[in-house]
Amino acid sequence: MFYRETGQFKSSYKADQAIFPITQDRWFILFIFIIAFLVIPLTASEYLLQAVMIPLLIFSLAAIGLNLLVGYAGQLSLGTGGFMAVGAYMTYKLTTAFPEVNIIVIFILAGLISASVGFLFGIPSLRIKGFYLAVATLASQFFLVWMFNKVSWFYNHNSSGTITAPPRELFGVTVTGPTATAETRYIVALAIVCVFALIAKNLVRGRLGRSWMAVRDMDIAAEIIGIRPFQTKLIAFSISSFYCGVAGALMVFLWLGSAETEAFSINESFYVLFMIIIGGLGSILGSFLGAAFIVCVPILLTNAPQLFGLSMPIDLQKHIEIMLFGFLIVFFLIVEPHGLARLWQIAKEKLRLWPFPY
Amino acid sequence: MEIINFLNLVFLAPFVEMVSYPIFFSEVIISGLLTGVMYSLVALGFVLIFKASGVFNFAQGAMVLFAALTLVGLMEHGFPIWAALISTIIVLIVLAFVVERFMLRYLINQEDIILFMATIGLTFLIQGFGETIWGSNVKPLDLGIPSESFELGGLLLNEFDLFAAGSGAVLVAVLAIFFHYTRIGRALRAVADDHQAAMAVGIPLKNIWIIVWSVAGFVGLVAGIMWGAKSGVQFSLSLIALKALPVLILGGFTSVPGAIVGGLIIGVGEKIAEIYWGPLVGGAIENWFAYVLALAFLLFRPQGLFGERIIERV
Repeated sequence: MFYRETGQFKSSYKADQAIFPITQDRWFILFIFIIAFLVIPLTASEYLLQAVMIPLLIFSLAAIGLNLLVGYAGQLSLGTGGFMAVGAYMTYKLTTAFPEVNIIVIFILAGLISASVGFLFGIPSLRIKGFYLAVATLASQFFLVWMFNKVSWFYNHNSSGTITAPPRELFGVTVTGPTATAETRYIVALAIVCVFALIAKNLVRGRLGRSWMAVRDMDIAAEIIGIRPFQTKLIAFSISSFYCGVAGALMVFLWLGSAETEAFSINESFYVLFMIIIGGLGSILGSFLGAAFIVCVPILLTNAPQLFGLSMPIDLQKHIEIMLFGFLIVFFLIVEPHGLARLWQIAKEKLRLWPFPY
Repeated sequence: MEIINFLNLVFLAPFVEMVSYPIFFSEVIISGLLTGVMYSLVALGFVLIFKASGVFNFAQGAMVLFAALTLVGLMEHGFPIWAALISTIIVLIVLAFVVERFMLRYLINQEDIILFMATIGLTFLIQGFGETIWGSNVKPLDLGIPSESFELGGLLLNEFDLFAAGSGAVLVAVLAIFFHYTRIGRALRAVADDHQAAMAVGIPLKNIWIIVWSVAGFVGLVAGIMWGAKSGVQFSLSLIALKALPVLILGGFTSVPGAIVGGLIIGVGEKIAEIYWGPLVGGAIENWFAYVLALAFLLFRPQGLFGERIIERV
C-alpha cells in the first residue's frame, strides 16, 4: 500500500541508475542513517557500542571485501584473516614510524599494502580453481600469520609480541588508543564503512563488477567475450584484500586496542565467510546482514541462559553455544541458501503487492 | 659476502648436511613417511565423501575428534575395548544417517560452496556435541600399543609409528578390496563416476550417501585412534583436518591413491623443511609449509597429482 513505485516517473538516466530508485527506499535509508549517526551514539551504552556495534561495522567491511571476491568474482578465498593481519600490522608500523600523518591516510596506505599482498597471493588463481583455490589461499592465511608472529620487526621488537594502538587524533579528537571514547571510535568506523560500502556498491554496478560477475559465472566464456581473466581476478583479489586490510586495521585500532596474531586466526576467515554466505553471496546489503547475524548470535547465545535463569558450568555452556551456532548455520543454509539478502528481497516484493497479492 | 653466506645457508649447507649424515637423513625421511601415513588417513575420509557425493566435507576433522572422543568416553565408562569399538562404529553410522536425513537431503543441487559451508556448520555442531557429552579434558587413549624405540641397521625406529603405518596400510587394503569386490563398493564407484547414470541403473543414492559417510566415519575413527594414542584425545584433533587439506589438493580431491601419496610427500617434505631449513627462518614452519608445497605442485598440475583431468567447456 505504502511501498509502491507507482507514479514515480524517471526522466533522466541519472534517476534511473540511482542506487535507491524508489522514494520509500530513500526515506528508509535516511532513517537508518539518522539512527546510525545520531540516535545510537547519543543513547547506546558503552557495552552495546563496544561489544556489538563496532565489531558489526568492522566485520561488515571485511565481509564486503570478501563478498567482492567470492560473491562477485567467484574466487573462493579462506585467507581473509591473513589479509586483515597485514592491514593491522602495517597500520601499526606506519603510524609508529610516522606519528604525525593523519590516521585515515595511514589506514588507506595499510590497505594498499594489503592489496599488493592480495595481488601476490591471487596470482595462482589463474590456474587453480574452485576448492583447490580455497585450500591454496589457506597458504596465505598460515604464512602471513606465521610471519607476523616470527618477524619481530612487525611489532617493533617489543617483548610481548602484541601491537597496541597508540593515541592518534583526528580534527583534534582522540580516535584511537586507550583514551578514545567508544562513541568516537564508533563514529569513525561508521564513516569509513559508509564510504567504502558506497564505493563497493558502485564498483559492482560498473564495468569492473560486470566483468567480475562474468568471470564468476563462467570464466572461459568471459574470456571469449574479451574479458581478461587474469587481470580481472587479480583486481578482485587486490580490492578485496584492500577492504580486508582496512577492516583489520580498524579492528585493532578502533575496536580491540591491542592484538596478537591470534586475533587473525583461521577462525576469523571462516567467520567472515559465514557472514557473506548467511548474508547472501553477491550482495553488499547481505554483507551487513550477515555480519550482524554472526556478531549478534554468539552474544545472544552467551546471554540466553541467564535470561532463562539457567546456570551451568562455563565450559559446558561454551560447548552448547558452539553446537547451537553450528546448528543455526546449517539450519539457515537449508531454509534459505541464498542468504538474508534474499529474504529481504522477498519481503520487499511481498510488500509491494500487499494487501492485494495475486 | 653476506649474500653468499646466505645463499650457502639456503642452497648448499642443508644438502651437505643431508649427504654427510645419511643415517640421520634417512631417519628424518622415515619419520616423515610415518607422519605422512597419519595425514593420509585423515585425507582418505575427505576423498571418499567427495568422490561419492561431491561434498567437500570439512567436518572430517570434527568426525575424527568425535569418533575418538566417543571411543575414549565409552572406555572410561567401563566398556571393554571391543564393545567400545563396536558401539562407536554404531554411533558413527547413526551420525551418517542423521547427516543424510536432516542435512544433505535438503541441500541437493545447491552450489558447492553452500554445501561446503554447511559442512563447516556441521563441524561446529559435531564438535560442540561431542564436547558437551564427553567434556573437553585431554583424555589419554591407551590401547596397549607398544611405543618403545628400537634400532634397526643403525636407524632409530618407533614401534608405535610402525604400528600406525601398518594399520594404515591394512585399512587402505581393506578399502580397496571393499571398493573393488563387493556389491556396495561397486555401487559406490558407480556413484562416484556419474550420479545420474548410477541412479538410472537403480542405485539408491541416499543409501549410498549414508554408507559413504559411515565409511568416512570409520576411517575417521582409525585416524582418531592413531592420533589420539599419540597425543591424547583433545580438541586439537579436529585441527588435523587443516593438515589434511594440503594433502588433498596435492593428491587430487578424487583420488584414493592420491591421498596416500600426497600424505607421504607432505609428511616427508614437512619434516625435511622443518629440520634443514626451519632454523634459518625461526622454526615452526610446519603450519604453512605443507600449503606452499601443495601450491607449488598445483601450479604445474591444477587438478592435483592424481585428480581427474579438469575439462572445461563453454
